[in-house]
Amino acid sequence: MYQYNDNDQTLINERVTQFRDQTQRYLNGDMGEDEFRTLRLMNGVYIQIHAPMMRIAIPYGLLSAAQLRTLASISRKYDKGYAHFTTRQNLQLNWPTIESIPDILADLAKVQMHAIQTSGNCIRNTTSDHFAGVTPDEITDPRPYCEIIRQWTTFHPEFSYLPRKFKIAVSSSAQDRAATQLHDIGVHVIKNSSGDCGFRILVGGGLGRTPIIGTEIRPFLAQKDLLSYLEAIVRIYNLNGRRDNKYKARIKILVREEGIDKIRAQVEAEWLRIKDGMEIPAQTFIDMQAQFLPPAYDTNAQENASLIQAENNPEFATWLQHNTATHKVTGYRIVFLSLKAPDSPPGDILAGQLDAVADLADAYSFGEIRSTHRQNLVLADVNQANLYSLWQKLSALKLATPNIGTATDIICCPGLDFCNLANATSIDITHEINQALDNLDYLHDLGELNINISGCMNGCAHQSVGHIGILGVDKKGAEWYQITLGGSSANTAAIGQKLGASISKANIIAAIKAILATYIEQREGSEENFLDTFNRVGITPFKEKVYANH
Amino acid sequence: MQIIKDQQIIANNWQYIADNDSLPTGNITVSLTRWLQNQVQLQQHTGQIGVRIEADADINLLTKNLTKITLIELNFPAFTDGRGFSQARLLRDNLQYQGELRAIGNYMLDQVFYLTKVGVNAFALKTVKELETALSTMQDFSYSYQN
Repeated sequence: MYQYNDNDQTLINERVTQFRDQTQRYLNGDMGEDEFRTLRLMNGVYIQIHAPMMRIAIPYGLLSAAQLRTLASISRKYDKGYAHFTTRQNLQLNWPTIESIPDILADLAKVQMHAIQTSGNCIRNTTSDHFAGVTPDEITDPRPYCEIIRQWTTFHPEFSYLPRKFKIAVSSSAQDRAATQLHDIGVHVIKNSSGDCGFRILVGGGLGRTPIIGTEIRPFLAQKDLLSYLEAIVRIYNLNGRRDNKYKARIKILVREEGIDKIRAQVEAEWLRIKDGMEIPAQTFIDMQAQFLPPAYDTNAQENASLIQAENNPEFATWLQHNTATHKVTGYRIVFLSLKAPDSPPGDILAGQLDAVADLADAYSFGEIRSTHRQNLVLADVNQANLYSLWQKLSALKLATPNIGTATDIICCPGLDFCNLANATSIDITHEINQALDNLDYLHDLGELNINISGCMNGCAHQSVGHIGILGVDKKGAEWYQITLGGSSANTAAIGQKLGASISKANIIAAIKAILATYIEQREGSEENFLDTFNRVGITPFKEKVYANH
Repeated sequence: MQIIKDQQIIANNWQYIADNDSLPTGNITVSLTRWLQNQVQLQQHTGQIGVRIEADADINLLTKNLTKITLIELNFPAFTDGRGFSQARLLRDNLQYQGELRAIGNYMLDQVFYLTKVGVNAFALKTVKELETALSTMQDFSYSYQN
């Protein structure tokens, strides 16, 4: 993985000093609340219901074991001994104090980590495929591009006070696991007819109150032009994006109101002007690729090396089927660590688990861990001969719930329990869905199914692209839920359709059960997954079943 | 009130002239509208000419006779409004503006470092203490990824 050079390290050290000074000026009364708010947000610090919340950047979701141990230590020292992985592959602390933030940043800087631009109206953490570098369906490892983008976005002097936040995702695979169509900019690594790597660039996707699928702005961009093109897009957005209404300030609204043709013309004109001056030298790509070399795989590793244990142990076999994925190297598997145990909030992890995962990464996966967009963890390079012993250890840590990609692998925001913005709780709905689906055979029979639950229309849990989306709404002070069906953040991205009138908290689980039962009734064999069934039969059968007794 | 120019605290020897004011002697700043409407008359002025730019202004309107302008003031309506950062970058890189580029209005001193990086070289702030703090923030970072 990328190792900081002296310049990288100097910059984050200087950031700690800067924020320490800013915090001190604020605490001394020399800086106003509004000014400090903006500055703390750009260091990942929100003020929530109970305490400040701090969001730590995990660029494109990649972590070393040493970094994970530091995160464990920080969560013990400054928080309550747990942390929360987010849908942007970052990590959140829920209980730090404002006074302790500079010290937390200093601890992070010692392991090449920071909280820069994890919030605020600036360019946020660049996200990518959690299978980057190890998946067979990949054109090339996207992480060198991600790191080039990360550096360009970091402390970008011109683009730190944009109309609204700005998110970039990069995917290099046939199957989009990074939701690139739902980002302000989506970067698809592709090859042209000459076999040169370049990018297809999408713009104006996004979730939140007005979910919109991104539009292609350029079908092929040469590698060397990556940063000049991104710079042109963000400059046009900075100058022309709406600033009169924060709910209409994202680039998706600019693209929708002005039309893609006009935006493209503006971007291309600006890009032609600046592209020669911002060309990325070929050596930069070579140097960056050298930072992401494959680990020293065992060339004797055998496919199906754990088949015998699987035949003798159905629980292990189930886990193997659901929580591991195909690796591009013979004899290896990609392993998911489920952060969706039935009794814990989705994405949450205890300090002890963080330390234990660091040890497992060292023992089984070359000392690296990835966080995923769906709030789980991945050990990307596990020799198949080690899968059984790894599974036993993960089971003991409660990180082996065999539910990856299933209905209990729920994306869930903190909701009304923690968040100022929420209209309704979301964590307890997740628990109740887990209770309703506690039969593993039924859960696995339901197959691939994404349920996303957000406590308000800001949509932090991406409910509008959940196969089943659940959105908390306020109805005269009571918590109600709006259900959508048929959303997807994968290749055929789609915004979910509203099922009907919102449903009271008392009835929401019954409604979910009715939706699942409808799917089972309607599907053409167990091979047809929920989304395919929905797309074939439409919303009516679901609606009839859910609202039958209303 | 003093200002910062080229990392020095100096006296501000410019006068703000509203659109209806008659022209006094000395260095004056006028609105972009007045500059565009009265360029011939303003170029006869014996003192230097500065132009005040609002955040929604099209920088390209300044292309003509840009060398006659020795000060451009970028007025920030609020510190959250970052259009001035792109205006500054375009003035320096696209229009090759060489004169003084001054940030005025409701920006905050913690933005001074980034403003210097996009080509702003002068700063009007609210108090002398702010000017001094702003000067110290110009050393916040010793390396930049962008250039």
